[in-house]
Amino acid sequence: MPMYSDKVMDHFSNPRNVGEIKDADGIGEVGNPVCGDMMTFYIKVKDNRLEDVKFKTFGCGAAIAVSSMTSEMAKGKTLEEAVAITPSLVAKELEGLPKNKFHCSNLGAQALRKAIRDYANKKSIKIQGLDEKGDEDDEEHEEEKTC
Amino acid sequence: MSAARKVYLDYAAAAPVLPEVMEAMLPYFREFYGNPQSLHDWGDIAREAIEAARGQVAALIEVNPEEIIFTSSGSEANNLAIKGLAQAQAGKGKHLIVSAIEHFSVLNAARTMEKAGFELTVIPVDKNGLVDPDEVARNIRKDTVLVSIMHANGEAGSIQRIAEIADEVKKAGALFHTDAVASTGNITVNVKELGVDALSLAGNQFYGPKGSGALWVRKGLRLIPLMDGGVQEGGRRPGTEDVPAIVGLGKASESAKKNLNLRIEKTSKLRDKLIKGVLAKIDHAILTGHPDQRLPHHASFCIEFIEGESMLMLLNSQGIAVSSGSACTSRALKASHVLIAMGISHEIAQGSLLFTLGLDNNESDIDYVLENLPPIVDRLRQMSPLYSKFIKEQKR
Repeated sequence: MPMYSDKVMDHFSNPRNVGEIKDADGIGEVGNPVCGDMMTFYIKVKDNRLEDVKFKTFGCGAAIAVSSMTSEMAKGKTLEEAVAITPSLVAKELEGLPKNKFHCSNLGAQALRKAIRDYANKKSIKIQGLDEKGDEDDEEHEEEKTC
Repeated sequence: MSAARKVYLDYAAAAPVLPEVMEAMLPYFREFYGNPQSLHDWGDIAREAIEAARGQVAALIEVNPEEIIFTSSGSEANNLAIKGLAQAQAGKGKHLIVSAIEHFSVLNAARTMEKAGFELTVIPVDKNGLVDPDEVARNIRKDTVLVSIMHANGEAGSIQRIAEIADEVKKAGALFHTDAVASTGNITVNVKELGVDALSLAGNQFYGPKGSGALWVRKGLRLIPLMDGGVQEGGRRPGTEDVPAIVGLGKASESAKKNLNLRIEKTSKLRDKLIKGVLAKIDHAILTGHPDQRLPHHASFCIEFIEGESMLMLLNSQGIAVSSGSACTSRALKASHVLIAMGISHEIAQGSLLFTLGLDNNESDIDYVLENLPPIVDRLRQMSPLYSKFIKEQKR
């Protein structure tokens, strides 16, 4: 098996927050099957907080663990706190990822941010720390190149 | 992770050596440790041992023993064939042909020759992973000196129509090498029937030790060695001989020759049960490679909407060992070039699962897999955005 930490194995074996939110306030989809990973994040927002976060992921063990960890880290946070979740924070919480799987950790944070942007766009609100222009798509293409 | 039951279905990756193979090898570590090149009794014993092994390997593929060159692996044999034959033929022409599904030890060796001034044509395969002999014929040129098409593919299991391709190559006057690493010891590999000029094989594919391989080259053909050194293997493969590995390869060859039909009968029966079971129990599972013209111990699938590494991990947690050609399982994060060459999309190739069966498997192993795989697939599909999309839209 890949050299995954116990934390990664735990989140892979028992992923938290798997599923879809039917009446989601924001949806973020990133990745590309060519690259091997696809993630969709669903968020439910109440009083500027992520009341609920759910995800669906097509990908390897790392991608699934990253999705699960990202959702767990985001749940209950304010939108500003949630957009501050970076790939390296997710990887750190997972007690590290193998070098060639690090790109998976980008996807989790990207999908979450994209879902928050979707919400912000719908509500026409600005969220501190979230760029006006989406940078996720650029990163996406970057991923395609590296995969 | 530790499961109560262990089921190993990754024999192409590695297999236990047969008891008789290990027995044959053991004396050559401590008792008969002489150098085959030495001119004393110690040397004689070692030399006789490797010559006996040469005879056993030659008997398996029905060639003359002096045409066998022992190597450290199938990869080395392939490198030696491609680079050694191409370089030796460079005066006649500088065009090489290989198929798109060759092992990297052939494909990349050919690309190295391309960098060294050869031209390379890579022949496509059809959806079953087969090379069309006419396609080879169409691509042979006046300056084509070497064609290399593998006998059977380790990832798709498909067995090529080598004899037909050999006819085309022979007509054109080029040399024909086949990588028979995946096939030798698993199906009949008879050089006379195949009609090739060079053939690679590896002991670890048929219950011999790792680090044992051989290249057969038709007598009289020139071959430039990969390394400079001594006179071992007729100067074609220098370096002190790995006597235990060679003895092990010899013994494994003898066992394979003796028991080939029994092995084919046993593993193909289990394989058929596995293929039938997987296709019946799992929707949107595709058998990859040729449906019938395939290795008897080989079953490969793509399970749609999910990814191979996550399947491997969950199977491993149930004690089941298999392989995958998904991008995520490869270090380079690239989907199997074999699956892609067969026209399988990157997305579907992600769901690659590869089972290779062996002599220690039995019916209840297959039952165990058929019991454990469907819920794993189901679990990952419940997590997959591709699957929920498919269910909603009923299209891919």
